[in-house]
Amino acid sequence: MNLKRSYAIFLRQFYLLGNNPTRLAGNFVWLTISIIQWGFITKYLGTLGKANFNFITVILGALILWEFLTRIQQGMMMAFLEDIWSNNLINYFASPLRVSEYTTGLVASSLFTAVMGFVGMSIIAGFGFGYNIFIIGLSMIPFIAILFIFGMALGLFTCAMIFRLGPTAEWLAWPLPMVLSLISGVYYPIDTLPRSLAFVAELFPPAYVFESLRSLLEQTATGPMLMHNLVLGLGLAVFYLFLAYRFFLKVYRHNLRTGKLARFNASI
Amino acid sequence: MAVSLFYSSRSIQHQEKGSSTVGNILNVKHLSKNYQNITAVRDISLAVEAGEIVGLLGPNGAGKTTTISMILGILEPSSGSIEIMGRSMAGHADAIAGDINFSAVYTQIPPNLTVLQNLKIFGLLYTVPGLAEKIEALLEEFDLQKFRNTKAGVLSSGEMSRLNLAKALINTPKLLLLDEPTASLDPSVAEDIREKIRSYAAKTGAAVVWTSHNMNEIEKMCTKVFFLSRGKILLVGDPKTLPGENGKKTLEELFIAIAREPLSTNQ
Repeated sequence: MNLKRSYAIFLRQFYLLGNNPTRLAGNFVWLTISIIQWGFITKYLGTLGKANFNFITVILGALILWEFLTRIQQGMMMAFLEDIWSNNLINYFASPLRVSEYTTGLVASSLFTAVMGFVGMSIIAGFGFGYNIFIIGLSMIPFIAILFIFGMALGLFTCAMIFRLGPTAEWLAWPLPMVLSLISGVYYPIDTLPRSLAFVAELFPPAYVFESLRSLLEQTATGPMLMHNLVLGLGLAVFYLFLAYRFFLKVYRHNLRTGKLARFNASI
Repeated sequence: MAVSLFYSSRSIQHQEKGSSTVGNILNVKHLSKNYQNITAVRDISLAVEAGEIVGLLGPNGAGKTTTISMILGILEPSSGSIEIMGRSMAGHADAIAGDINFSAVYTQIPPNLTVLQNLKIFGLLYTVPGLAEKIEALLEEFDLQKFRNTKAGVLSSGEMSRLNLAKALINTPKLLLLDEPTASLDPSVAEDIREKIRSYAAKTGAAVVWTSHNMNEIEKMCTKVFFLSRGKILLVGDPKTLPGENGKKTLEELFIAIAREPLSTNQ
């Protein structure tokens, strides 16, 4: 694998952001609106509830982390769509660029925008609503890593779906994180879900992340429970990433064989 | 019908000749591409030597772009082999891709990046050594210095063609594939582009495969042409002498005759 070529893919997205600042605004505006909206809702809930922990930390924290995962998935999808819209896939795949280098470049560019969003949201939530990103401490890092890996898996799956079905399949991809958030215990414990949905939730890594983070905030977490969730969450995330990469490769080879790659463009 | 039989025998002779040649930049042997119910390319063989500019001619749908796509590695052949500088595409596609480049009407340089940004990205993709100097040399050679910070999407057709060619030459390819590189250009710009390609092939010894519907251009540029129709090579030869050898006055007349050839002649 040649990282220079992955850097080229990253650089293209970086240049696009620099050439047109409205792309940056697009990245921040929705996040800012979400934080402000949920910040006020949380503040209101805090006046009603009698919980012994801060709603701000639980809900805004969940929102920021889920948006991080979403940005990874959507960042990869947008970068891929940019290449489709500008008829650039032939240029890329006729060059020595390998699929692994291309997908690494997509991940790097989406990580860049996701981290910017994460930092931006944390600052707004901190100044606006007193949210403290550091309240959980360093133990949050491995859980963020799980979300990052699962975000990559979702991003790759989304790109593969678009590669297989054409750019209009983006409309199947946009709501994917929202649908997953409903059954992943992001904003509420998975015990809240009916048993069948709770079972589905346990098949996806975010459930283990958010259950753990909530228990840390509620100070009910135990070492073995955290380790169990960490291992399961990480294992599942890596497994889904492997599956998504295999899926992308399979679609690439299918398109190479059927001529879809040679004729792939925005009109498909 | 006599002409048709002549095409068939000539075709076989040249395919055999092409397949036996060693030391060529490009060797294509018995290449075919089948889709579900369609054969887009049918058992073609061709060879291109270093410094040679060959034309791939044929009516729309003849299989020219399919052939170029297979050589570029963006379409998997159904059968046959492609060798570039003695290395087979099967199993070495990534390594070989560094020695090839192309320019085609159906693909474009990303329009929302500047000329400089585009060249930098393609230079990185082809891991070009001394990239900054190479880019400066290309900007000068293709008279693009004043557009270095201009987005590709706002360039005129002629400027865009020069940029496409600069991109195609960024890795100093040993094999250059040009699919209608002068389509929709005015005669002056087209001549400028032709001159640059001719000089590149002469200077570097690169092989060039050129498709065009402009027969005058092909006559000027190519030392050899392959006529394709319905996925099959029907005729191979020197574009200057080929029309006379086949009872036609001009290459265009020959092209029209081949394009209108009945299906039976291809079987």
